[in-house]
Formats: sequence, C-alpha cells, structure tokens
Amino acid sequence: MTREQRIVETFVELANTMVDDFDVVEFLHRLTERCVELLDCAEAGLLLADAGGVLRVMASSSERSDALELLQSQNGEGPCWECYHRGRAVFSEDLTADGDRWPTFAPVASEMGFCSVHAVPMRVRGETVGTLNLFRAAPGRIAEQDMPLAQGMADIAAIALLQERSVRESRGVVEQLQGALSSRVIIEQAKGVLAERTHIGVDAAFSRLRAHAREHHRRLSDIAHELIDGRLDAAALADLTTDRMG
Amino acid sequence: MALLSLRGAGLSLIVEGELRGTAGVSEPGIAVVQELQLTLGEGPCVDAWASRAAVLEPDLADPAVVRWPAFAQAGVGAGVLAVFAFPLALGAIRIGVLVLYRDRRGLLSADELADGLVLAHVATHMVLGLQAGAPADTLHELLAKEPPHWAEIHQATGMVSVQLEAPLDEAFVRLRAHAFAHDLPLRDVASDVVAGHLRLEGSA
Repeated sequence: MTREQRIVETFVELANTMVDDFDVVEFLHRLTERCVELLDCAEAGLLLADAGGVLRVMASSSERSDALELLQSQNGEGPCWECYHRGRAVFSEDLTADGDRWPTFAPVASEMGFCSVHAVPMRVRGETVGTLNLFRAAPGRIAEQDMPLAQGMADIAAIALLQERSVRESRGVVEQLQGALSSRVIIEQAKGVLAERTHIGVDAAFSRLRAHAREHHRRLSDIAHELIDGRLDAAALADLTTDRMG
Repeated sequence: MALLSLRGAGLSLIVEGELRGTAGVSEPGIAVVQELQLTLGEGPCVDAWASRAAVLEPDLADPAVVRWPAFAQAGVGAGVLAVFAFPLALGAIRIGVLVLYRDRRGLLSADELADGLVLAHVATHMVLGLQAGAPADTLHELLAKEPPHWAEIHQATGMVSVQLEAPLDEAFVRLRAHAFAHDLPLRDVASDVVAGHLRLEGSA
C-alpha cells in the first residue's frame, strides 16, 4: 500500500469511529498509534489543558509508564508547555543541545532514546486546548511536507474531544475536556486494579483492557468502570489476551 | 463565593455509598435548598452525582425547565434563579457534589465555569486529604507541586484498592495517609506501590 493510501485509510478509519458512540480514550490512543505509523516518529502523545491550565496526559501511543511520565512532566517547561502557551508548533532538532531550554525535560527524553521532538497545537475555535507531541529516535525535523498531516491529526483529536456522544445534553468545551480527562484517570485506576489482581505490570494491563474492549465491541471506559466496580472479573481479561509481555 | 458572584454554595458528600450529608453551606436558606434535592431525589445535585458531569441551569424560573418540577419551584421560592452543580470526583472515585446558587439568571462565563471546576477539584482533594489525616495546609503543596494527575498515583490507587479489598476512595485516602505519616511526596509512595516495593495491607 502506498503512503497516500495509508493516510486515506487512516482518516476513513478515524471518521468511521466517530460515527458510532465512540470512546474518546480509545479513539485518541488509536490516533497516537497512527501518528507513529504515518509521521516518522517513535512515540506520540496527547496532552490536554485542564480547567486550571495544567497540562495533563490524555493519550500515548505506547502507553509505557515512562512515556506517560515524560509527557506529564511538561508543566512549566518542555515543547508542549511552549506550544500550548504560544499557540503554535514548537520543535527541537537535537534534544542534547536543548538542555538549557528544557533542563528537566530534555535529559529525560534523551535518556529514553529520543533525539528530537515536535509539539503541535490542538485548537478549538482559535483557542489552544492541548498539544500533540511527536518524539523521534533520530535528530532532525519531520519533513516540511508532513507538517500539515501532523496538524491534521491534532485537529482530528480536537474534534473528537468535542464530539464525544456519551453526553446527554449539550455541554461546553471546558466541561467536555474535563470529562475526557476524568475518563483518562479511570483508565489508570483500572490498570492498577487489573495489574494487582492478575500479577502483571501496569503497562501490560492496558493491553489487556484494550484487547477485551475490542474483542467484545465494548467501550474501553465501560470495561474500566466494570472492572473497578467488580462487575467484571479480572480473570476474564487475563484469559483473553495474546499479550505475554507483562 | 465572592469570586463567582453567587447567592450561596452547598456541598453534599457521600455517606455509605449514597449522596446524603450536607457538609457545608453558606447560609441557612441555601441549606434548605441543598438538602431538599436529596429529600426529593431530584435537582442538579442529584443529576451531577448520577451523570458524573457538571449540570448547569441558567434559568430555574423558566417554565420550559421541566427536569426538576418540585425542586425548581422550591428553589425559585428561596430566591435561586440559576444553579450550577459540579461532581467532586477523581476518576471513578466520587465523593460528593458542589452546587453553586445565584439569585440572577444567566450562564456562567467561561472563566467562572473554569473557576467552578477548579473549586470542585480543590474541594475533592481537601476532603480526601482531611480523611487521610493530612492538615489542610498541606493541600496547597499537593496541588501546586505534585498535581495529582500523575498516572502512577491513579494506578497505585487501583492496586491498593485490591490489596485492601476496599473501594478506590479508601485506597486513595490510605495512600495519602501513608505519604503524610512518612513525610514523603505522594508521587514517591505511588511509585513504590506500582514498582511492587510497597504494599498497603490491613485495616486503616
């Protein structure tokens, strides 16, 4: 398949997902995975500003704990922090040379094997509500002709966040974003519950939650809720997965 | 309250799994309006609890507002013309509802809405912190220096709830109590739990 075909397929897939009563956490996770496939980056993550202006992790392509921590550490400094406050794309071609610019973020990112980084703003009616973060394993920049695609992915994420249909009444932007962040917290709590019950790592727990949701055509957030409530048995999830990395 | 130009505010907390007590109100008239919702089983307080989302009603006197017939009548009678309810929650943890009452109709501005959400967030951590035995003046530090959004804190909460065979809210309170008792940042305690170096077991 050509790259163009893959891009078209991705947009069709993302659009199709939004037609149904989709789960925003699952959708954004998938979107970050597609960013890694299409945009010459090793890791992608989405940060969303909460009502108090604090950037919070909404999705990560790998869901690795250290990747979540790296994303979340960007309050006060880092490409996402700059991107959010300036309202425009920010990049570093060489993280080892940007230790003064981002004294906390740059060394940790380098240590994790990332050499360069981009942050693209997620905008809603002219206002920046969060950022898409793209980490690369090599120095340099994402090709100029690919930047509209990166911005397109950030725009789709913004649309998805405001489209979630689990709401019965129309809600404002701030409330919808807050609701999405709350869904994200529930996923983390469910990861912990599953990890402890089945003696696996929290990273593997996410794979199992997701595999179960997909297999049964359920929303990831609903699976997380049921696991926390005890309505869903942790053992049922352990049996289903093909992931043996935990 | 002056912050949001309100008539008053009410805070109801969960007692034994149900929305019951009224923990704080700004004036006696508001206490009646707040508690009436629990008695009637209807109103923005009840809806915010059930839907886990903010419930905003800018014009309680509008006859087109039919979702809470009994409450609307009583609220308007007590001088409340707009009402805004915010759940106090941290992921799947639900501890109560904060309701803001106004004596004039109209929506909250974007800034006021953000203030309401932040207020609910702070109140959530204040209540959980008090339950953990942490003095109120440690709240600022928790919210400012280690925003309780770190994935590991929520993962650890889930793990501890299994270790204690207790609900998430109790697990979170135990984590905070442990951090406070050992003078450690909550983040560090959470990391130890996730890494399997620390287990919280036995009764509180």
